[in-house]
Amino acid sequence: MLQITPVLAALKRHKVGTLLIGLQIALTLAIVCNALFIIHQRVTRVDRPTGVIEENLLTVRNEWTNAKGADLSALIRTDMQALRQLPGVQDVAVSYGYPLRGGGWDSNLSIKPEDPSRAIDAARFFGDEHVLSVLGAKLIAGRNFRADEVRMLDSHDLSSPSVVIITKALAERLYPDGSALGKPVYVGSSATPSTIVGITGNMAGFSAGTWTDATYNYVLLDPTVLVDKANAYLIRTQPGQLDTLTKAAPDALFKINRLRIIPDAENDGVRTFAEVRAQAYKDDRGLALMMGAICLLLLMITAAGIVGLTSFWVAQRRKQIGVRRALGATRNDILSYFLTENLVICVGGLVVGTVLAVSLSQWLVMRFEMQRVSPLYVLLGAVVLLLLGQAATLAPALRASRVPPVEATRSV
Amino acid sequence: MFAYYFQLGLRSLRRNPILTALMVIAIGVGVAASMTAYSVFRVVSGNPIPEKASQLYAVQIDNYGPQHNKKGEPPDELDYTDALALQQTHKAIRETSLYPVLLSVIPANADLRPIRSSSYAMYADAFKMFDIPFLYGRGWSASDDQNRTPVVVIGRALNERLFHGVNSVGQQIDLNGQEYRITGVIDSWDPQPRFFDPISVGPFGNPIQLFIPMSRAVDQQLITAGNTDCPDENNGNGWDAFLHSDCVWLLHWVELPSTADARTYRQYLQDYAAEQQRVGRFEWPPNIWLRNVTQWLDHEHVVPPETSLSLYVSLGFLLICLVNTVGLLLAKFLRRAPEIGVRRALGASRRTIYAQFLLEGAAIGLAGGVLGLLLTGVGVWSIGLVFDARVARLATVDLKLMASTLGVAILAAVLAALYPTWRAAKVQPAWQLKTN
Repeated sequence: MLQITPVLAALKRHKVGTLLIGLQIALTLAIVCNALFIIHQRVTRVDRPTGVIEENLLTVRNEWTNAKGADLSALIRTDMQALRQLPGVQDVAVSYGYPLRGGGWDSNLSIKPEDPSRAIDAARFFGDEHVLSVLGAKLIAGRNFRADEVRMLDSHDLSSPSVVIITKALAERLYPDGSALGKPVYVGSSATPSTIVGITGNMAGFSAGTWTDATYNYVLLDPTVLVDKANAYLIRTQPGQLDTLTKAAPDALFKINRLRIIPDAENDGVRTFAEVRAQAYKDDRGLALMMGAICLLLLMITAAGIVGLTSFWVAQRRKQIGVRRALGATRNDILSYFLTENLVICVGGLVVGTVLAVSLSQWLVMRFEMQRVSPLYVLLGAVVLLLLGQAATLAPALRASRVPPVEATRSV
Repeated sequence: MFAYYFQLGLRSLRRNPILTALMVIAIGVGVAASMTAYSVFRVVSGNPIPEKASQLYAVQIDNYGPQHNKKGEPPDELDYTDALALQQTHKAIRETSLYPVLLSVIPANADLRPIRSSSYAMYADAFKMFDIPFLYGRGWSASDDQNRTPVVVIGRALNERLFHGVNSVGQQIDLNGQEYRITGVIDSWDPQPRFFDPISVGPFGNPIQLFIPMSRAVDQQLITAGNTDCPDENNGNGWDAFLHSDCVWLLHWVELPSTADARTYRQYLQDYAAEQQRVGRFEWPPNIWLRNVTQWLDHEHVVPPETSLSLYVSLGFLLICLVNTVGLLLAKFLRRAPEIGVRRALGASRRTIYAQFLLEGAAIGLAGGVLGLLLTGVGVWSIGLVFDARVARLATVDLKLMASTLGVAILAAVLAALYPTWRAAKVQPAWQLKTN
């Protein structure tokens, strides 16, 4: 088994070929382990819970076309009433901002008045008292908004609300000792406090954010309907009614009043929550998909390269193999010689590859604000490549082991 | 001679079909991955207005102050007070503030639903500044800006939809319940990235179909369809209070043909900010920026990280494919050492060996390029699966991309063939003949 010395001696005579395979393995390791790490990060992101019961939930974005001077709050109330009467509808809420909506309003929060220096940025969801129940978000402390606390305002008349509900993550960030309920929070460096009357389980903000985003679950609910904004009607449907309502709900709304815009699904108009989620994570899924495809191709190409060069070496050394066989080497000796040779090259390549992988990761951290690759992934990549190298060498090495001893006597 | 070597090359390719196929696939796949990523990258990193990229400038004025701004950088947009002051002083040859609005065309027929089109409010100068091409009519006049006239310029696609493409100048359309007179119809105009406003809906929006005077839009209290950023939020007492607040929501562009003009304008901005400090509106020294289109797009990071990441990864992939090809070519060429020995012994010079083997490499590159073309087609077609639809729609296969695919493939293969060819040319004829 231990044929390292002759292997090294032989490799010295094939410096360039050795170098090429080693380099290829090094580069492949650098790219594959970083790519796998990116895939892992993106996939974990995609799987983050939204804190919402995602089935049977429909969002219908509505914008008024004749906003100026119209009594928009009356129009919104009429819409809600009509939607509630549609068959298959369980409950309806109106909101500007919901999990993974894609864009929205964020506010600076602090626990002292007019204190922008230590403010925390959080997503601010505007809506009525039905938002929590329609989304299916659970209150873990305190109470929901009362109907009389809900304001209907033009966005330019907005002031800080008297009461708010915040997510658990945000509560723990604002009041690390766990005493947030009933305490004040100052919204948007306001001078007047808002009282935290409820705390919900974690809920995703309006955007999937960047992949380093630690504020994913920082959400504040404001019991205010911003009448002039692009509000969405959130509709909790009875099981099996989602598809029907996707068409029926906008139709019903247009029947009441045509002076509105409800964009199509592509422009975030009428979307089931499944579509909302898919759209929010499209880039992540796409990148993971692409990285996966590239990894797979890369491994295949590298394997093919090893097969090619090893075959060449075997063909070149038929005579020497014949001599060894004639001098008493078994088939297994020949087989293990080539496998060892590949192992030596692989290990060399992997050492260089580890350095490359770490530097590549370093560069990605600087250029794209990613996290540094975990050593586990480098190890995983190294093991995969080692096995791949052995597997790719197997066929040519077996061919080599079948070279008959008589080859030694053939001179041409 | 060239044709003969090429023929030799092709014949040699047929001799080891598996090895050849491996190389062709490696080059094809590597090139296709790179070109697919490049097809997206070239659009998102392109220069949307090459003739004027160094003459148009975005203005930034720090109205936030060191306590609220981001690392000393003024906000990307202006508040209404500053934008209006600049526009009214009008120190540049042309200048315009602008912001996206939500406008809907309301059909006269009560059975039809309103049509929402991408819309901007701006000043008359903008049409000439941004080289917006007109199909019919022209932009509105400076006096329309002053009088807040309900006039509109519509896009070609909307003109097709509303008026079946005929000249609609002078017609009235209902926008958000108000009548507007059409002064012009613009031809297809869709700069990518949308340099004049990469902020509001991202740098890759749909073509704009409605333009109205900004004075009119503000008069109608049309809120921005883009971002509003406020240092303090509770400005809260209606539209006028909003206009006078420190909230930033407007972009301001100026046209300054020469560097001297730019210098003068920068000084003017400096003086303006100093004046604001003097009257007590700003409590900090002037902090202004003037960025031309190139600098502005760079500052706004319009290239999505996914796009450049994909490009780098696929280039790395191509590099590995190349290393792979070098190894395989080396194996292939050296296996023919006896043949080379015979040719050299019969009088072939090193040069001819070089020519022959490099051409063989080129032949592999060509085959890889053809495969790469097919795969690039598939790749570009499937970009929509990976990238944002707004970006994906911009990636296309054109002649230039096809030519570069072939070019890159051949160049890559010839580069890969350099070392193996050198080795092949070094074969000693005498030694080869002897061992055989």
